[in-house]
Amino acid sequence: MPSSTDTGRPDPAAAAAPGRDDRPVSDRGDTVCVIGAGASGLTAVKNLREAGFGVDCYERETGVGGAWNWRHDRSPVYASTHLISSRPFTQFPDFPMPDDWPDYPHHSQLLSYFERYADHFDLRQHVWFGTEVVRVEPVEGDRWDVTTRSTGGYGPERTSRYAAVVLANGHNWSPKLPRYEGLAEFRGEVMHASSYKDPAQLRGKRVLVVGAGNTGCDIAVEAAQQASHCWHSTRRGYWYAPKYVLGRPADQVNDTLLALRVPLRVRQWLYHWTLRLTVGDLTRFGLPKPDHRVYETHPIANSQLVYYVGHGEITPMPDVARFHDRSVELTDGRRIDPELVVFATGYLPRFEFMQGRVLGDEDGSGKPRLWLNAFSAGLPTLAVVGLVQPDSGIFTISHWQSVLFARLLTLRATRPERVAAFDRRVRAGLGERYSAKVKDSTRHWFEVGHADYLRALQKALHELEGDK
Amino acid sequence: MTSERVRVVRGWEWARPERPVRREVLAAVPEQDEAKPPLLFVPGFGHGAWAFAEHWLGHAAGRGFPAYAVSLRGHGGSEPAPEATLRAYTHDVVQVAASLPRQAVLVGHGAGARVVTHALARYPARAAVLVAPVLGGWATFGTALRRNPAGTLPAVFGAGLRLNRRQLFSRELPDADARRHVARLGRAGRRAQWQLLTGRQPEPAVGRPAMLVLGSPDDRILPATALTRAARRYASAPLLFPGMGHDLMLDARWREPIDAILDWLDKDPAPTSG
Repeated sequence: MPSSTDTGRPDPAAAAAPGRDDRPVSDRGDTVCVIGAGASGLTAVKNLREAGFGVDCYERETGVGGAWNWRHDRSPVYASTHLISSRPFTQFPDFPMPDDWPDYPHHSQLLSYFERYADHFDLRQHVWFGTEVVRVEPVEGDRWDVTTRSTGGYGPERTSRYAAVVLANGHNWSPKLPRYEGLAEFRGEVMHASSYKDPAQLRGKRVLVVGAGNTGCDIAVEAAQQASHCWHSTRRGYWYAPKYVLGRPADQVNDTLLALRVPLRVRQWLYHWTLRLTVGDLTRFGLPKPDHRVYETHPIANSQLVYYVGHGEITPMPDVARFHDRSVELTDGRRIDPELVVFATGYLPRFEFMQGRVLGDEDGSGKPRLWLNAFSAGLPTLAVVGLVQPDSGIFTISHWQSVLFARLLTLRATRPERVAAFDRRVRAGLGERYSAKVKDSTRHWFEVGHADYLRALQKALHELEGDK
Repeated sequence: MTSERVRVVRGWEWARPERPVRREVLAAVPEQDEAKPPLLFVPGFGHGAWAFAEHWLGHAAGRGFPAYAVSLRGHGGSEPAPEATLRAYTHDVVQVAASLPRQAVLVGHGAGARVVTHALARYPARAAVLVAPVLGGWATFGTALRRNPAGTLPAVFGAGLRLNRRQLFSRELPDADARRHVARLGRAGRRAQWQLLTGRQPEPAVGRPAMLVLGSPDDRILPATALTRAARRYASAPLLFPGMGHDLMLDARWREPIDAILDWLDKDPAPTSG
């Protein structure tokens, strides 16, 4: 196996081969390049190092933690961000969070967790901070030319050649803003949830929150506490799951049922029944009736939203039809006059340093064609890590994705036939989905059910390992 | 034994996390940081962190290794836990290991070695050392029954396993010391004791740690055959310290085994392949 223990920095003078357009390229041998030092990037660095690979990780910011580091300008976290999935589902499987932490830790605890992870496994020495990736290009021999420069575009670009690349640049930083007629004429303040940081931004204002994702619901709740009035516009009715049921974190209760292999229909029935016992009929509060069964959209875990609707602090509203200069018109014809509109309409994954067709995105829709949301056909030395929207924690998934990729790279030298079989599997499974029927699959194309997904990943790992 | 494959899906463990407890961790840290990996000592059933605080912690720190010892729940100064299972003990070890500033070396003694083999599947240790490892199984039980029937038989019916001086120490250890140590012994959870015999085998280790097995051929708890078998399973041949009792860290010649461990670590053993 390639046991490069070279942890040195790329030296442009050494082994400089001319690149495609005569730029000097420093050859980094068996070293693997990891893009991003957020949760997924860190676990990729750790698992590749553990498998014996040299790693260069590029991070555009000056610290680890990616989206979870509130100091980063691309970080979407706001002051009150807490976990949606409880601790056992969120932590890395081989580095548990302290068991005296709360069930749903705060984002600052998450950051300290990632910093401890980086220190514990001594990962920072492999990270180039303040360095952004400009281009990633495949070259012959399944190798990759990665061009970097200082964040912000200062300094010269430099290109290094790597044996493999891990894309872990995150998917919650490029805001998705829906187009509305008349939005340009609207005189009030408009912001995307990515710029929402602190409830002080809402204080005393009439606020319209658009979107019923977990962020939208959190902001609506904060607006209920801080703003003079809060409207919450959603496209459809949703199931608002409480964070606790039967005295335990709701996802732990759910996974108890999963571990008991209770069928989906029964789980749905139990879930509906539990909701009926707690929040009851949502239409009584003026909320629209959900047009789908639970488990069919990304779960929204928010115990407070319904509470504030019940206290009159949040007025549920249908979808926005159009904007006027001083008011917003809704699809049922009502007009409201908010001073501030917060779009909690989500984010889009972007790989701005790579041509779309490399990842099989021929039509430029921004959707790479992948198997296990990580592997691309014909590119055995590339993996996308963390491009999943699980109904649970994401870091466990990133961990196992990078373990699988590290094993794959190791076997390239020793068991090429296994790697070839893996590539056939990738081709056969491109675009596979890992969840029960999902309502709006155009938006949530990378939504996965954590149990289904991890089971598929475990199977892939076992097939790759074969019988020892 | 490591034929079992990597487990990704652990639904039960996610759904039913271990109860958090207050854990006693004793430490001896060298005055100057020499960038050596921290050691986490895991005592066996009945013992607490005190067993390592007696000699080994200070000695390891004296040689530049930050040294920590945890008392498994229900032992030593940790919170009582009569219903503890092997899984709960494993949780304790992994929690403490992950709280250390750097990737740790796990050192398990006696049944603590069994706990360490479980912990290795949940934490990528820098390396692992099994000292007089009681990995369970009926042969060990048979030996214990033969050597100390009065202390062992009640354990079958849920009472605490009672160990005596002759089982734990060589005759070289002064009687007063031996009495003092035996008086401090506690007991493991009833369920954990049973799981030592009937529990599930550990899953494969993550992170391919280098392993070292050591023990005494004159151990009156662990039969020499079991020691050899454990060594073959995890390392190659056991390092032997003839004439010593089961509690190598408390016996009169405690210095020899700990020096052997630290020498091995100073050589920075390479991780096991693939």
